[in-house]
Amino acid sequence: MTTSGLPDKRMDTDAVIASLWSGMTLGIGGWGSRRKPMDLVRAIARSDLTDLTIVSYGGPDVGLLAAMGKLKRLITGFVTLDSIPLEPHYRVARQAGKLAVTELDEGMLQLGLRAAARRLPFLPTPAGLGSDVMRVNPELRTIRCPYTDAELVAVPALRLDAALLHVHRADVHGTAQVLGPDPYFDRWFALAADKVYLSTEAIGLDPDAPLSARLLHRMMVSGVVDAPGGAGFTECLPDYPRDEATQRRYAAGAKDPAAWQAFLEEWL
Amino acid sequence: MTTLGDICAVALAECFRGDGEIMASGMGYLPSLGARLARATFEPGLVLTDGVATVLDAAGQPEWPMPYETVFDVLWWGRRHVIMGAAQIDAAGNQNISCIGPHTRPKVQLLGARGAPGNTVCHPTSYWVPRHSARIFVGAVDFVSGVGPSRGAHEIRRVVSNLGVFDFGGPDGCFRARSLHPGVTPDDVSRNTGFDVHFEDNPCVSRAPSSEEQAVLESLDPDGRIRGAVT
Repeated sequence: MTTSGLPDKRMDTDAVIASLWSGMTLGIGGWGSRRKPMDLVRAIARSDLTDLTIVSYGGPDVGLLAAMGKLKRLITGFVTLDSIPLEPHYRVARQAGKLAVTELDEGMLQLGLRAAARRLPFLPTPAGLGSDVMRVNPELRTIRCPYTDAELVAVPALRLDAALLHVHRADVHGTAQVLGPDPYFDRWFALAADKVYLSTEAIGLDPDAPLSARLLHRMMVSGVVDAPGGAGFTECLPDYPRDEATQRRYAAGAKDPAAWQAFLEEWL
Repeated sequence: MTTLGDICAVALAECFRGDGEIMASGMGYLPSLGARLARATFEPGLVLTDGVATVLDAAGQPEWPMPYETVFDVLWWGRRHVIMGAAQIDAAGNQNISCIGPHTRPKVQLLGARGAPGNTVCHPTSYWVPRHSARIFVGAVDFVSGVGPSRGAHEIRRVVSNLGVFDFGGPDGCFRARSLHPGVTPDDVSRNTGFDVHFEDNPCVSRAPSSEEQAVLESLDPDGRIRGAVT
């Protein structure tokens, strides 16, 4: 407890990993190769956690965990490194038949998180109708609108055991600011999850940022890790741009096992 | 001298004619150039972003925040027209950006469905194919990411390629050539398309930019790099 009477939620990375378990469903915030909690993701890659179901607008978080054999299933709309459109480690895993994917429309993924956040069993949308998203995910059901009889996809709630998010600033109680132009869907990941662990560029809120930059309130957050540079090589503007050189080395590892091992020893 | 890149940029701009005040999303450099050309000339109301999370006005000044969540609001609302790419487009107007081969074990894993299923049922969609070939224009796509008209598309307005401008307005909704780029013959198109193409008796030639449009293209793409990538 602190003098305010509020809990101090600071944790180290090991404590976050110790609160996760094999077989769980884990949401990872950010978008593509942007503001990914890569310090936490690398810690998962180093750990003995396995059989994870990951929900993510996928980037190198997915590629790394797929390459390390950590995934049972991926729930996503895409996986990309942005400046490298196709995520090479993800491609290797998929083309080897080693990774089952629940492939959704990006908007369906958002609605699944929103449904979970609102404790609804599903949310309806026309997105997905007629597409092979319905064919490859036979568990998806459609419903008839009770007013118009229109057919809609009932996107099931994507309830998460935990979410991992990277933010620009957070206080020790968990209130967090995102200072870049796009919060992505981090708030929906947080509300869809039973536990929310943040890594932050710095502890302490920026007093000059507008109140609207406070994306997450402390009541939504379970733990805060002080992790400067915690987005790794992914973009974390305004603090830093994507480290394209490191991302290129990461990507090149998918085609060169020796280079990949050398990269992992240095980077992981 | 007019280049193929100029012709394609104008054809992509023409996709947005009549759209008014809607969000115009061009995926990739040339579709984005086409959207900017349309706004600078005949569609001043088009809403364009900086490609990140901010709407910019015609002078390049920030006009409105447009994070992804707002993009989805506009998308579902229907006031958007997207020009997407495609790894495959088929005779029924379906598009694939997900994978080649079976989904359980793809021969080639691509991006994933992204927003294509929702885009195509919620608002107008066009496609840009920089290299028209029978590997891209196939009888049936391996994975339906974006849906065609018979699967419930809102509107597949145009398909612009390096050979011509097409739509699904032929007899029974078949693939139809609206215009061919200068020097391109119907045979060139047929040889590079994996299904039948409907040609009018005298196919139009895709138009060149007006002098005003040419000036806009020179200012938006001063070194010609975007247009020069089209061959």
